[in-house]
Order: sequence, then structure tokens, then C-alpha cells
Amino acid sequence: MNLALKDIRHGLFRFLLTCFGLGLLMTVVLAMIGIYNGLVADALAVVKAPAADVWVVEAGTKGPFAEASSIPADTRDAVARMPGVAEAGAVNYQNVETPHAGHTLRLYVVGYEPGRPGGPLAIMQGRGIGASHFELVADRKTGLLPGDTIRLGRNRFTVVGLVEGAMNSGGDPAVYLTLSDAMALQTELDPAAQRVQAARGAVSVKSASVAAVIARMAPGADVDLLTATVRQWKHLAAMTQAEQEELLLASVVDKARRQIGLFLGILLSVSAVVIALIIYTMTMEKLKQIATLKLIGAPDRTIIALIVQQALILGASGWAIGLLLILTVKDYFPRRVVLEPFNVMVLAGIIAAVCLLSSALGVRAAMKVDPATALGS
Amino acid sequence: MALGDTLIEVAGVAKHFGEGETRVDALRAVDLTVRAGEVIALLGPSGSGKTTLLNIIGCILAPSSGRVVLDAEPVFDGRWLRRDLRRLRLDKIGFIFQAHNLLPFLTAEENVAVVLDLARRPADEARSRARELLDYLEVGHRAKVKPALLSGGEAQRVAIARALANRPRIILADEPTAALDSARAGLVMDLLRKLAVEQQACIVTVTHDEKIFDRFDRLIHLRDGRLAAA
Repeated sequence: MNLALKDIRHGLFRFLLTCFGLGLLMTVVLAMIGIYNGLVADALAVVKAPAADVWVVEAGTKGPFAEASSIPADTRDAVARMPGVAEAGAVNYQNVETPHAGHTLRLYVVGYEPGRPGGPLAIMQGRGIGASHFELVADRKTGLLPGDTIRLGRNRFTVVGLVEGAMNSGGDPAVYLTLSDAMALQTELDPAAQRVQAARGAVSVKSASVAAVIARMAPGADVDLLTATVRQWKHLAAMTQAEQEELLLASVVDKARRQIGLFLGILLSVSAVVIALIIYTMTMEKLKQIATLKLIGAPDRTIIALIVQQALILGASGWAIGLLLILTVKDYFPRRVVLEPFNVMVLAGIIAAVCLLSSALGVRAAMKVDPATALGS
Repeated sequence: MALGDTLIEVAGVAKHFGEGETRVDALRAVDLTVRAGEVIALLGPSGSGKTTLLNIIGCILAPSSGRVVLDAEPVFDGRWLRRDLRRLRLDKIGFIFQAHNLLPFLTAEENVAVVLDLARRPADEARSRARELLDYLEVGHRAKVKPALLSGGEAQRVAIARALANRPRIILADEPTAALDSARAGLVMDLLRKLAVEQQACIVTVTHDEKIFDRFDRLIHLRDGRLAAA
């Protein structure tokens, strides 16, 4: 006879309500884990998207994401000719805000050379950029659809394709333009006075520059040799893909990551205290019944099983409800919520450990109960 | 009435709480023998030591000194002679409480069967024994009902069935009729008497209920921890 299950069935509504409350708490914990992962994934998405091996940027900067970087556009040709480089492409990055359908869209504009590294890896809907000008590929989170048009600077662009998961570390969805369109857009966004002076010829029009050049290596080529060679050019710096990812996590999202990580720690601590209180209270409410069980001869293991089984069922139910809820609502979050099976299983392990520790408090109280208390009225 | 072998033997049992100025002598050299088939009452004012004596016989409380023999097995002689007192209670003693103390999450049948379940008896045997006892106590028709839906008399009969489930030869009852009206109290006592005779058990009851004094073979008066009369 399983006393734990019988007791749960007896007060099923109350138990389910408790599980639901715990489930909501677990939803928040899972959401924070997902937001934490999402922040990291978003930050890395833009770095990983070009599938680069080496990033060539302006010397003395940590560009193009952690710091601004500007290098001559013809650097791409120089890099492409270097030994071991399979292909190279110049890229440009900038944030713009533009009105669309009554709202203001904040976009992360990626300029790239079609047919070269730097563009979207996989088009989910529509096609890639086929024309030299005024076409773009947008991330699905922009809300744009193939065929939509949108004004960027002084020109109107047509959406020809959609991608997924392309954004910057701030969560702004990306749009991909040709490099020439992106460079023109950048010039249009220069201060008005500077543009007027340029039109008058009073200041020289600045030479074409890009944020970085991306290189993909031939199989077996030495990446370190390439970066060392590039660094010999005094105006350029080079980073491997791993270095770029590490730099991004260490500088751009580090504080946000630590902030969420700390909050997650606090939330887990609060959850542990709440679980402990629930289990302890559940046990204290049963002390008279436990005394009766002891008096009629129930061994310790029966009483321990009653408490521990209920604690584990409560924890497992709360975890399952939390998981179900977060999987239901995660796509409604404004930023990505990324839940990996590993995270979910680790949380299950933590909850199981918390439940076992919490039930130890209840077991301690139960073991202290004098069976004689059952004899009183 | 033919009395059987001795089931409870308490010899020179004393119990004190605290030491020095705070010492309270709850029992002083109490001797008591109860035989199979006997139904006795422990009477006395509050603080006279009757509950302490019941707890000592029930192996819930260790005496300060003396000797206790239950069903021919010495269980205390200056110290407990068995380590597993719960098993001893499970095997030899049935308890009936003032408040029936049925487990609220079990049905009447399960409340009785749980004792056999704790004794690791097969589930089928436990259920069949529970049904047999509930039928015998005329509450078989309420077997699937939870305690909250039982009347006071029904709940007390289920509690008696639970006390008898493991066929104990010693039944200890603490104010078993306190929650019942006089008619039901009389019925419960008649039932206990019948059980004592049929199952060759003894019943030790703590009670203040004068209405049922005539149902006992002996009235044991306790005063200041001593037996006043037997």
C-alpha cells in the first residue's frame, strides 16, 4: 500500500494547486535559463552566421562587434590572394531604425557581397539577393514577408527572402543588403552638415571602407599562419573565429550575462527555500498521522518513504508543469529563449536534490514525533 | 468467566520525570497482572499516572525501574530487552484511541489493512482480514468509505477493527468511549468484552466514563502514581 500516493489522492486538488504554484516558479527559472542561453546564442549568432575562419579588422580595435572597425574595401582582394584562403568577403554592420506599417523597426543591417562569405547561410523562405541593388533578405523576427517593401535611407528595398536566428547581441533582427547598398546607406546616415560639405566638395569624400573582411580557409590550411601574416600589416588585425566569439562573450554581453546568471542563482535559491517550506509544512500537517503510524508499528522506512516520495512527486510535477508552460510561451518572449535538453535535465537534478534535502527536514521532524502523542485527544 | 494465561505482568514499575527539585514521580512501584479474557479499567484523577502506565505497557515509554512481561515475553527489566519496539507493538499490541485516529486518506478497509501491510502480509490476505473484521463489527457496508464520512460510532468500530487486525492479545484503549453517547459507549464496551473472550485477549482501558464501569472485570484505581485498589 503506497501511503504517499493515497495521501496525495485524498487531497488531490490542494496537491495539484501546490504543484501548479511550484510549476509557475519553475517556469520563471526555466525562462531565466532560456533567456541566459538566448542572450549568448543571440550574441554569437551574428558571429557564427558567416561561418568564417578568420576576421580581418582595423588594427588596434576589437571590431567589428565589440568596437567600431573601418578598413579599406580593397583589403578583401589582398586577403583573398593570401596562401590558404579559399574565399574572402567584405562585410559592413550598422543599426538603423525605420518606420514600417505604423511601427518603428530597429534593424541590424548586414552588408555583404553576394557569392562571397558574409551573407545568410540558409534562406528559409523566398530566395537570396539576386539584384545588385534594393533587395534585402530579412530575419523572420522583423515581421517582414517576401514581397514587402521597406524604406532604408533614401531608397526603398524589396524583401526577397527570409532567414531565421539572425540578429545582433542586442536582439535586433538582421537584414542583409548588398555591400554597395549598405555602404551607401552608411553614407546617407552621416551627419547632414558633413554630407552638405561633401556635396560642395569642401571636404574629400572618404574612401570606400568596410567593417571587416571574412576569410574561409582551404582544407588543411594554417589559420594561425594567416592571422600572423595579416598582423604584419600595420593597419590590420586578424582574429580567428574562436577568438572573435570569445571576445564577444567577454566584452559585449558579459555584464548582461553575469546579471542574468546572478539573478538565476537568486531565483534557484528562492525556489529551494519555497520547496523546502512546502515539504516541511506538508510534513508538519501530518504529524498526528505519523504518530499514529508509529504507534501501530510502522517502521521508520514507511514514514521516510511517505515524506520523500511526496517531495519527489511534488518536485517532478512542478518541473514538468514548468517545462510545459515555458515550452508553450517561449516564442512569445521578445528575445530568444533557448532551452537545451541539458539545461532542463540539470534543473531536474537540482530540483530532485532540493526535494531530497527539504524532505530531510521533514523526515527529521517526523522521526522526533513521540508515538504517545497519538494517544492524546 | 474462565481466565487464561497471564498476558501483562508489571512488577515494581516506577516512572519519574525530571531530577532534583523538579522530579515528579508519575508511577511508584506499581504491580499489575492481567490475564487473557480480562477487561480492566484504569481509573484515577488527572495526573494519577494511568496514561503513563498505559504508555509503559504499550512500550511507548520506558519505566525508570521495574519489570514488564508481555504475552510471556520479558520486554523490560531495567532496560528494554528488545531493540525493535515498533515490531513488538505491531505483533502483540492493538491500540484504540480516544479520537479514533484513523488515517484520513485511507478508506475504512485500508485503515484496517494497513496494519497487516506494515507487517508485510500479502495484500490479498490483508484485505480479506480487514473485510472479515469490518463485517464482524457490522461496518462492512462502510468498507470503501473514508473516515470523514463515517459516524462517530462507525469510526470507533473501524478503529477497533484496526486494533484487532494483527490478532494482538493485548489491547490498550485510551478513553475509547469518550466521543460516544452512552448507548454507543455501552455497545462498544460489550463488543470489546466479546472480543476479549473470543480471542483470548486482554483489554486495558483508561476511562473516566462512569456509565461503562459495570462492563469491566476489574477497576484499577491509581492515585499519585500508586495503585489505590484492585
